[in-house]
Amino acid sequence: MTTLSRKRRAAWTGGLARILVVAIPLGFLAAAFLYPLGSILLTGLSGEAGGLAPFGEVFGRASLRGVAWFTLWQAIASTILTVVVAMPAAYVFARYDFPGRSLLRAAVTIPFVLPTLVVGSAFLALLGPRGALGIDLSSTIWAILLAHVFYNYAVVVRTVGGLWAHLDPRLTEAARVLGAGRWRAFRTVTLPLLRPAIAAASSIIFLFTFTSFGVILVLGNLEFRTVEVEIWRQTMSFLNLPVAAALSVLQLAAVSLILLTYSRYQQRRAVEQRLAPATARKPQTAREWWTVGGTLTFTALFLGTPLLLLVERSLQVGEGWSTTAYTSLADASDSSLFVPATEAIANSIGFGIVAMMIALVVGILAATVIAYRQGPVSQWFDLLLMLPLGTSAVTIGFGFLVAFDSPVDLRTSPFLIPLAHSLIAIPFVVRTVVPVMQAIRRRLREAARVLGASPFRAWREIDLPLIARSGLVAAGFAFAISLGEFGATAFLVRPERPTMPIAIFRLLGRPGDLNFGRAMALSTILMVLTAASIMVIERFRLGETGEF
Amino acid sequence: MLLVERVTVEILGTAILSDVDIEVQDGEVLAVLGPSGSGKTTLLRTIAGLQPPTRGTLRWDGEDLARVPVENRGFGLMFQDYALFPHQSIGANVAFGLRMQRRPVAEIDARVSEVLDWVGLPAYADRRITNLSGGEQQRVALARALAPAPRLLMLDEPLGSLDRILRERLIVELRQLLVDHSITAVYVTHDQEEAFTIADRLLVLRDGTVAQEGTPESVYRQPVDEWTARFLGFRNIVRADVTEGTARTSWGSFPTQHERPGSFTLVIPPDAIELDPNGAVRGIVDSRVFRGGHHVLGVSVTGETILDVEIVGPPPEIGAEIKLRVTNAVVL
Repeated sequence: MTTLSRKRRAAWTGGLARILVVAIPLGFLAAAFLYPLGSILLTGLSGEAGGLAPFGEVFGRASLRGVAWFTLWQAIASTILTVVVAMPAAYVFARYDFPGRSLLRAAVTIPFVLPTLVVGSAFLALLGPRGALGIDLSSTIWAILLAHVFYNYAVVVRTVGGLWAHLDPRLTEAARVLGAGRWRAFRTVTLPLLRPAIAAASSIIFLFTFTSFGVILVLGNLEFRTVEVEIWRQTMSFLNLPVAAALSVLQLAAVSLILLTYSRYQQRRAVEQRLAPATARKPQTAREWWTVGGTLTFTALFLGTPLLLLVERSLQVGEGWSTTAYTSLADASDSSLFVPATEAIANSIGFGIVAMMIALVVGILAATVIAYRQGPVSQWFDLLLMLPLGTSAVTIGFGFLVAFDSPVDLRTSPFLIPLAHSLIAIPFVVRTVVPVMQAIRRRLREAARVLGASPFRAWREIDLPLIARSGLVAAGFAFAISLGEFGATAFLVRPERPTMPIAIFRLLGRPGDLNFGRAMALSTILMVLTAASIMVIERFRLGETGEF
Repeated sequence: MLLVERVTVEILGTAILSDVDIEVQDGEVLAVLGPSGSGKTTLLRTIAGLQPPTRGTLRWDGEDLARVPVENRGFGLMFQDYALFPHQSIGANVAFGLRMQRRPVAEIDARVSEVLDWVGLPAYADRRITNLSGGEQQRVALARALAPAPRLLMLDEPLGSLDRILRERLIVELRQLLVDHSITAVYVTHDQEEAFTIADRLLVLRDGTVAQEGTPESVYRQPVDEWTARFLGFRNIVRADVTEGTARTSWGSFPTQHERPGSFTLVIPPDAIELDPNGAVRGIVDSRVFRGGHHVLGVSVTGETILDVEIVGPPPEIGAEIKLRVTNAVVL
């Protein structure tokens, strides 16, 4: 083969690749996201009353207006509270090196990937009527806020801490030398520099709490209802699809507005950053040891207590300690799940692997577009891909249910569940990979070119291996997200193919000590699996980049 | 042989290089000396093919390089910040160019250890590039650029970020290495001493144009204009009227080898001024700086001009009136 024809073929392949890189994520989003959303919109507009009647009903009913107001203010309160409470931990993990640091950092992430349902149950066990603390905060806003802080703690530690670790400590030192006190230096130098990360963390937390479902469902007792819970209630309890659809559309509009604001803000942040060496060092003075020790103790107590309570409850079925809850998971005869709970574990892992693969392919292609394209294409892509993050899981599940029934009824297809999961995981993949792609210095690619590598070869030799690591991190996240997903699965699950969170939900709804113990046992197993995938993430993390 | 003919590079409408002509003979080391912003890095990027010229041509042995992409030029470029691949070992970094040439594995291994040996890092191949010191990174980057035996090696301020002592040692080693292996090289720097040490031929770049070209000695001995003289480190520059081997200046009169009479700018090398009780130049010591081997005096003559004088012996006090003799002056 002559060089010429090889080159021509390479150019053709390159052109095709360029088209596919944009087309695959776009096609995927159109089919799995925009189409279901469109179906919801149609359902909302074509109710029995017709036209805009369902929207009128949403705005007209005081109880629904109350739901909207509650959704908004609890999200704002949760966001502010989480940022304030988790800030010291972000600082300690970013700036100090101490024994067990990476293990603890990984452990802090576990609540974030836990199923919201499990978080709700854990807080019920802690603050409920027969709670371990002896105070009943259930059906108060405090239980919900605390659970939200617990759940989103890691977002602040990872996002803010990630940037904090790369801030040059000499900047603060310079401020100190110029006469600024500790607090003053923090306020005038550190805080402004951290602002992009704080904004990123806040917007993520706001979105999650704005669309909070599992936590509110368990702890709010339907007295407190977010829009998300209301959609579920209107669909499942009242079969009022038009109102549910109208709520979904309004929620999506609100979320899009928030995301648009966020993306505008992020654009100002786009700077090519070097992978600076981590700035963490051993604490030296007594004061520093106290700071580290105190913060870690608080973190361990705050995050550890609900989790340990889960394990403890799973081991206390009837009198004293026993493993009955675990051994009975494989028991089919006495199951209230139609299938042995062990099958739910297998289902979850299977769905997780498929969801992970879809999310990786689509997410990495999309990240390539965002990281390498300039101008509006990149910005719109970024925004479009963030939308599923802001779209509630319930809306996605609801949308699939409405969209995939005709012309071909796909609702019984087991493929729908991993599809929904991957849709939720894609924004995480994108957010993990894009910063790494953007941080790869152009010089490295140029160095490879000068040494004789073609543009494609340079990409394969330099970009790909560096991205592969963050790809593994993203894969771990996608898998963990799929394992714990509840909202969308609740709409799509077939009785004979439950996932772990669904099995836990069903077990919690059954009377009896054993069923409660088994729910806790299953939660514990889910927690261990999640923790394992997060540990894998930590091993492959290169530096501390990425936003999650 | 590299030939750069009337090359102009404009980036975002600003001319970074204007009508630059350069010739590099085989086996020759050309140093490009210029202050930051003079277009040195752009020049290297243009030769490498990373930056297309707006006008002008680049030729290697007569072949026009315009249609030759970066990877097929067979040039080596050592980046200012080294640009080592963070995910590869030292050996893999050095082997990169050889792998691109599809050389057999055994040959690559042999060449990698050979080149690492040249730069004084034997048995380093399996180490990671993280945690290397600045000097070690510099050596790895050099080895990586050398390994594929480029027809032209370009070095962009390779010693820029290293400390002075290391720099002075490495520049001598580098010169030796380039000479030993008769490597054709373009060496870019803003440091005159570095340029003088490394170069067979020197080119001074100013605002994207070639200000002067020649051997290091000739450029030092006869700077082309006042700007170049100041950039090369000369501080004593004065207007003079020359007649019959004597230069008359506001400082006084002194001999010059220049024959032609007229009005000129004079440069007095630092080693051409000495304390002399019978000297023709009278001045008052304004300042005195100890520089280790010598003192540098700031001397005001006729109340205005400051003359920099290097004194090896015991220096006069500040405020003292002294007499100086100028033994030589270069006419620009």
